[in-house]
Amino acid sequence: LRIPAFIRSPYAGFVLFTAVLAVLPPLLTNDYYLNVLIFIGIHSIIAIGLDLLLGYTGQISLGHAAFFGLGAYFTGVLTAKTSLPPIAGLVLALVGVGILAYIIGIPTLKLHGHYLAMATLGFGIIVQIFFKELNFLTGGPSGLVGIKDMTIFGYEFDSDLKYYYLVCVSLLLVLILSINVVQSRVGRVLRAIHGSEVAASVLGVNVSRYKVAIFVLSALYAAFAGWLYSHYMTFVSPSSFGFMFSVKLVTMVVIGSLGSIWGAIFGAALLTSMPEFLHVFENYETTVFGFILVSVMIFMPRGLLRGLEDLAIVVYHKARELLAEKGEEA
Amino acid sequence: MTLSQQILQYLITGVTVGTIYALIGMGFNIIYNSTEIINFAQGEFVMLGGLLTVSSMQILHLPLPFAALVSIIGVALIGTLLNIAAIRPVKDPNPITLIIITIGASIFIRGVSSLIWGKEPYPIPAFSGEDPIQFFGAVIQPQSLWVMGVALCTIFGLRQFFGRTITGKAMMASAFQPKAARLVGIDTRFMVLISFALSGLVGAVAGIVIAPMSMTQYDIGVMMGLKGFCAAIIGGLGNFWGVLLGGLALGILESLGTGLISSGYKDAIAFGILLLMLFFRPQGILGRTKGDRV
Repeated sequence: LRIPAFIRSPYAGFVLFTAVLAVLPPLLTNDYYLNVLIFIGIHSIIAIGLDLLLGYTGQISLGHAAFFGLGAYFTGVLTAKTSLPPIAGLVLALVGVGILAYIIGIPTLKLHGHYLAMATLGFGIIVQIFFKELNFLTGGPSGLVGIKDMTIFGYEFDSDLKYYYLVCVSLLLVLILSINVVQSRVGRVLRAIHGSEVAASVLGVNVSRYKVAIFVLSALYAAFAGWLYSHYMTFVSPSSFGFMFSVKLVTMVVIGSLGSIWGAIFGAALLTSMPEFLHVFENYETTVFGFILVSVMIFMPRGLLRGLEDLAIVVYHKARELLAEKGEEA
Repeated sequence: MTLSQQILQYLITGVTVGTIYALIGMGFNIIYNSTEIINFAQGEFVMLGGLLTVSSMQILHLPLPFAALVSIIGVALIGTLLNIAAIRPVKDPNPITLIIITIGASIFIRGVSSLIWGKEPYPIPAFSGEDPIQFFGAVIQPQSLWVMGVALCTIFGLRQFFGRTITGKAMMASAFQPKAARLVGIDTRFMVLISFALSGLVGAVAGIVIAPMSMTQYDIGVMMGLKGFCAAIIGGLGNFWGVLLGGLALGILESLGTGLISSGYKDAIAFGILLLMLFFRPQGILGRTKGDRV
């Protein structure tokens, strides 16, 4: 089976994806779905970043909701309390989260396995407590109101459709950046670190520098997503950025397929739209969620996207065998 | 109340809560010692311990001691089930996979519990009355003494079990050198099964003794589990006396911080200590550094 080089390249997927995103809105039967799509886009941005960290580099973070929240709160507080525009909020969110992630990343990424999981989790919980307790800035547990509507250099994103296209462009930017990172030397270094940190450092890779750098990059993605979220909702509250959301983010990446950028988007789409499908079950939502998480890990540890790929390959080979047998009989 | 009396009061609260954290941390240690798995569903055992006791009392009309016994056995069985259903079938047991599986299992257990028991809190009566005991101007709830007594007995019992019995030693052996253990005829799979049962049992005990003081509810497991894990890390993962020390340190600092600084930051203090510990002494107070083999 020969596939032309262009179709096999990741950029083909990118072009196709762009086309799909562009023509999707008119096909929707219900305006509410646009809202779901916007959330899928925002979550995809975080999931792609987390996948660079977890899937490619093999470093878990159970605290990514904190970076998402910090991004949302930085821009939220700035635009709600001063007359500065959202674009200033973006600068603050990226700079603030970048510095924080760098400072936290240095000691944290020296840890491995459970210790790393626990440290990132602890960080996430502490950040969420600050969202709740710094009343004078954040509005406390009941949330922050008065965040400005999204405007970029005077252009107002005042409808869901406009916001959808803003999120799409953001997602595509993040996507092309990530594809390039993964395809480049840096991407190969990350995979080498995943394979064996010792082997990578023997080959002259500064392992801790790369680990911190990718941690900061994925935190920046989350902060960027937080910025989009904050100005879309124009309201944020601490409960959106807790431990459960961090777990949900990891689940998106894992269910999608670790180490696959398309998998991260697939996982984000699946998990974000799942509550809509599960409305029938209502109260069973968390139970079903937990069940899916465990069973995917047991039966398709490579994730759904790869699992489907594997399945397709098996079916393809089986079909060829059958055809060959038929041929011999004839 | 004078300041010193207040501090004494905080210390008493801290020690009570700390022994509970230690007990929960012990549950982590038991599984970690025989499998090197961190069971993120440990907190759910604590929640189940309390809620099953409530149900045994209300539905089966059992007196408290028997209800507690039924609940402990029940949770031990659930622990066993968790091992058989979610851990054994895993083909490639690397830490990240196992972390995600046990988190998934804890979400599942919590979901099922909220369907069974609803979202309201349940009380369990105190074991021996609620007349507070005066102690140098501070007050001790009788239940506090129960908590400390039961926790200490459990920890001592476990220590004896692992140090003195054949089964206990076999469990340690299968964690230490699974291949060597199998060679001398130890059924390591069965030992892992026992460790999950034992860990469920210890979690249930913790959930039952603390319930009269703080009520019990379908979602208490998350924080309880995480704090227990903090205690285990602070003391040194896998170290039995370390976890007691870690739990007490955590409980006391948390209680002093709540009383003297602000109650809103209670959990931030606990996790702040955890982060400092992980950054500067990841092997814990009593842990020994272990060289990494490549």
